[in-house]
Amino acid sequence: MYTTEMSKNPQLNKGAAAESPELVAAFEARVANDEFIEPKDWMPEAYRKTLVRQISQHAHSEIVGMLPEGNWITRAPSLRRKAVLLAKVQDEGGHGLYLYSAAETLGTSRDEMFEALHSGKAKYSTIFNYPTLTWADIGAIGWLVDGAAIMNQVPLQRTSFGPYARAMVRVCKEESFHQRQGFEIMMNLSAGTVDQKAMAQDALNRWWWPSIMMFGPPDDNSPNTAQSVRWRIKRETNDELRQKFVDVTVPQAESIGLTVPDADLKWNEARGHYDYGAIDWEEFWAVVKGEGPVAKERVKARTDAWEKGAWVREAALAHAAKQASRRQKDAAHG
Amino acid sequence: MANDPRPNEWPLWEVFIRAKHGLSHRHAGSVHAPDGDIALRHARDTYTRRMEGVSIWVIRSSDIVASDPGAAGPTFEPAESKVYRHPTFYIVPDHIKHI
Amino acid sequence: MTANEAHFDYVLRLADDGLILSQRLGEWCGHAPALETDLSLTNIALDLIGQATLFLSYAGEMEGKGRDADKLAFHRDVTKYRNCLLVEQPNGDFGRTIARQFIFSTYQYALYQQLSSSTDRRLAEIAAKALKETTYHAELAAEWVVRLGDGTEESNRRLKDGFEWCWRFVEELFVTEPGDAALVSAGIAVDAAKLRPAFDAVLAATFAEATLPLPKFPRPVTGGRKGHHSEHLGHLLAEMQFLPRAYPDAVW
Repeated sequence: MYTTEMSKNPQLNKGAAAESPELVAAFEARVANDEFIEPKDWMPEAYRKTLVRQISQHAHSEIVGMLPEGNWITRAPSLRRKAVLLAKVQDEGGHGLYLYSAAETLGTSRDEMFEALHSGKAKYSTIFNYPTLTWADIGAIGWLVDGAAIMNQVPLQRTSFGPYARAMVRVCKEESFHQRQGFEIMMNLSAGTVDQKAMAQDALNRWWWPSIMMFGPPDDNSPNTAQSVRWRIKRETNDELRQKFVDVTVPQAESIGLTVPDADLKWNEARGHYDYGAIDWEEFWAVVKGEGPVAKERVKARTDAWEKGAWVREAALAHAAKQASRRQKDAAHG
Repeated sequence: MANDPRPNEWPLWEVFIRAKHGLSHRHAGSVHAPDGDIALRHARDTYTRRMEGVSIWVIRSSDIVASDPGAAGPTFEPAESKVYRHPTFYIVPDHIKHI
Repeated sequence: MTANEAHFDYVLRLADDGLILSQRLGEWCGHAPALETDLSLTNIALDLIGQATLFLSYAGEMEGKGRDADKLAFHRDVTKYRNCLLVEQPNGDFGRTIARQFIFSTYQYALYQQLSSSTDRRLAEIAAKALKETTYHAELAAEWVVRLGDGTEESNRRLKDGFEWCWRFVEELFVTEPGDAALVSAGIAVDAAKLRPAFDAVLAATFAEATLPLPKFPRPVTGGRKGHHSEHLGHLLAEMQFLPRAYPDAVW
């Protein structure tokens, strides 16, 4: 769920004037026909830019998303939980890697994308700017955040850009256990001691609203949705996905005896959906702007890892260069 | 690496995995790595964490020579008119077996 | 120490080495020099935690006091831990982490090679499975030793510093504890001292390729196998054991 449009007015159409109407029409027809676009195919500049932004934002969300959960790897309460959490956070690193690779096929390097993340220019999912305080937060993230992610990502397996679609197929396959392990943690806590149940309810209280905000601004304030849907790089609107998420999650919470922290939440028989309370969009946009509770910590952790790793990356390249020149010398004297 | 467009980055490698014996290697994705040996390690650690493979190939992405999608017409369409390369082109009566 | 106690103690050593090192490697998750390296370190951590779980379950059964793997992992204090001092050392930079991993995995590879023909079938089975994992760890660590050693001036210096931190803990890997003689003669345990030549050979070959001078080993520091640890282990355990200790009645 890391693919929400977060720029209110992105500058996409620069240079579009120079594009030949025939090429654009042929491209639009291919996409409308559900064909896959591959990296070397002709594509409108705005499509390329939108994709780079969306895929890299998705990738950033995966690797920033490693941090709140990684915060509990050393404190997981059993050997099994520790192994599962390690594997899950590692998967997220892998997913970031698949997605960066997909974006790289469009001509932007991973390092350039990292720079954009570190400088604060690039966005990532707002949800990861909230802190993980207790073990139950690990359950809540798996259940709610990964649950939301799946809703967003499953349709993207059919997105129009081939490398992105293929990355999503792999991601979805691997993520199938993530939400289940989160729900299992919550279920276990809810059925546990009084303290454990309180921990689970507290986590739901803190993560519920950020989770439903994750789907992004309401459709009437999401300017690029129509174009993105037409281009098949978004397959359902923010509000459609949000509603779907609420509808499946509320009964899950009830089934394990937890209360969703929304006094206005009620089943609407006529609509066949849950009605839910007003979302605090002021908070959402503040978090998008980088004012989330632990946004500074998240970006600093990523920047530190990158800067502290520079000498390692340089060393490996230096060794490769030395090896290459040694081989050349050997060949010359061979 | 003198001709590398981004000399300060680990180059990109394409990863091909044989899922099981008897099958061809298939493109799985890419990794960054400073050299071939480490690229293999990275490919293993990234793409075979769930028993996806029995063999891995890696190749520098910049070493791949690809056909031009703009030339897809001349490259692939001539094959469309050569239906006689397919067995269904030939009519054999039903009572003839093992052919 | 009875024969059973010595046997239990030996299995704990095997378990605790893996558990503590996986805990340390887990600290890297999300913070490694490259995304791919992050995945590699986590894979090693996952292998080690898997090995530790198998050894701890076996130790618990052998002890017969109803302690399972989690009980042993989360409810023993520092002096009851039997890991070597090397694995509890803080990660430091990537150079030290690789130095520590290279020393440990090279040792563990030699150990598992022998242990996989232990007369204790359970140990032999775990070691045979773990040997494949450890082969990979040792190779990966050696490749990084070569790259950092041969790479740049800075990487060479950092790697050397990393090894300088670790050398005093090498001797402990090859020390035979008082209870071991009977286990070794019964073919259960490996005679640790005999693993040294294999270790030294890999060290020499890797260091040559890495353009590193062979070390002068300082006076050894030992004690981990008796529960006499560095100050680092207490903090590591405080973090690792916090939840089960804070909520003793809870099941996770």
